[in-house]
Amino acid sequence: MLIKIAKPSDLHESDVTPESIYLSRRRFMGGMAGLGAGLALSGHARANADYSDVPDGNAPAWLKEKISDTQWRAITPSDPEKDKIAPFDDASGYNNFFEFGTDKGDPARYAGSLQTEPWSVVVDGEVNNGGRFALEDFAKPSQFEERIYRLRCVEAWSMVIPWLGIPLAEIIKRADPTSKAKYVRFETLVDPEQMRGQRSSFSIIDWPYVEGLRLDEAMHPLTIMAMGMYGRELPNQNGAPLRLVVPWKYGFKSIKSIVRISLVEEQPINSWQQIAADEYGFYANVNPNVDHPRWSQATERRLPNSLFSTNTIDTRMFNGYEDEVAELYAGMDLRKHY
Amino acid sequence: MATQRKWLVWRVAVFLAALAPLVFWSWQVANNAAGPEPGRYLLLNIGIGGLWMLLLTLSLTPLTKLTRWKGFALIRRQLGLWTLAYATLHMLSYALFILGLNWALLGSEIVKRPYIIVGMIALIGLSVLGATSNKWSMKRLGKRWKPLHKFSYLILSLVLLHFFWVVRADMSEWAMYAAIAALIMATRLPPFARSLPKLRYRLSRT
Repeated sequence: MLIKIAKPSDLHESDVTPESIYLSRRRFMGGMAGLGAGLALSGHARANADYSDVPDGNAPAWLKEKISDTQWRAITPSDPEKDKIAPFDDASGYNNFFEFGTDKGDPARYAGSLQTEPWSVVVDGEVNNGGRFALEDFAKPSQFEERIYRLRCVEAWSMVIPWLGIPLAEIIKRADPTSKAKYVRFETLVDPEQMRGQRSSFSIIDWPYVEGLRLDEAMHPLTIMAMGMYGRELPNQNGAPLRLVVPWKYGFKSIKSIVRISLVEEQPINSWQQIAADEYGFYANVNPNVDHPRWSQATERRLPNSLFSTNTIDTRMFNGYEDEVAELYAGMDLRKHY
Repeated sequence: MATQRKWLVWRVAVFLAALAPLVFWSWQVANNAAGPEPGRYLLLNIGIGGLWMLLLTLSLTPLTKLTRWKGFALIRRQLGLWTLAYATLHMLSYALFILGLNWALLGSEIVKRPYIIVGMIALIGLSVLGATSNKWSMKRLGKRWKPLHKFSYLILSLVLLHFFWVVRADMSEWAMYAAIAALIMATRLPPFARSLPKLRYRLSRT
């Protein structure tokens, strides 16, 4: 019966539940699922059994332990037939991670040089409980959850990815923000020795890669800090060892290999906004009604596709998470705040 | 007779070399080695391949001046037509594999996206040059043939602009092609063009 509690919960369940109750219910479920996963390990088939063809990584022991304790299938797509999980090879072989090059295959080819252990994260800015934390201590107090999310790239393609991570809200609460904190600013590692893309003198990006969220976006229960995917730790090309995942925004918002999280008063200028403010805004919410100046955002190619079928589907408002997040933007002109 | 055969072998070899990348990319797609978006893989590779063809075609005249080797001039029309073939396949890949033959979308995309307009103009230009590359057209156009085909340099500029507008984050690849293009164009400027035979003379003496 315990396992039944942890069975796939539909996204739409939160439609009718006020956020505060939704959150507390989820926390309750998280606790129960911990028990459930413990039982599952001691005999039943593991909930991630369908990742049997995913190659094992080289996760440190503490991370393996956290992952084995995951609340599996905590959030799944409401239509799993339409939103089929992409093959691991595609999710880990077709990436935008310009720190390692601009070709979609470059990150998989060159991210092996990234040292992800040991890793530490600086939490600073408008917080009472800042400092430098080892990733292990950063992750330990929270229960890992598996979240199967649609990932919509600003380049008009999308994939469905099963992430493993913890709600960003828990991390922010632990940092204890002051009343001045209005935004969260994230920074990716800068290390040209390990990241060959940062050695290019023709790069348009002014390293480090920077992203940001409004505090209420960061606290939203759908926003997570991922440390794994497909039942294992993150491959380096997917942003190991720590990345953001904000499923209702274009993929570039979900910053990878994070070394710094700052609570700030002013709206941060994210890297793509700095490069081309007329093409990429701060919010970058998935929106089929606001085109990128160089291509349409009305549709997307769901990957993998084939030569015979582009697998083109209509892009949904907020990437299909409208019921959960639309209220964050009530009264805002999303054409202006793209 | 022997020299005739030699040139035939040379032209067939060039033909096979120009065909080889297309065969390789198709092979990759057929073997699921082209990633999760094989259409885009073909689109981008064929696009870059077409730029290579155009740069190679335009480098033949300066190479002839530099070396006086007859072989370069013999493959100029062939490589020009290969450029047109790659450009056409590039456009078809876009229509088939990216737009999925959604003609309404193609219509709206062409109007709204400047890089597509520029690419289409370049393709139309290449088609005109391809259509007038035969002996009959050369005879009909007479003196006007050469100035008409000098438009290939304008087309090269359009192709680079088209490429420039697609780049998202790193200009290094684009900059490399732009530098090669600038070098080729510079060799056609009169002062440089005159110095090429002198350079050949100097090289032949060392």
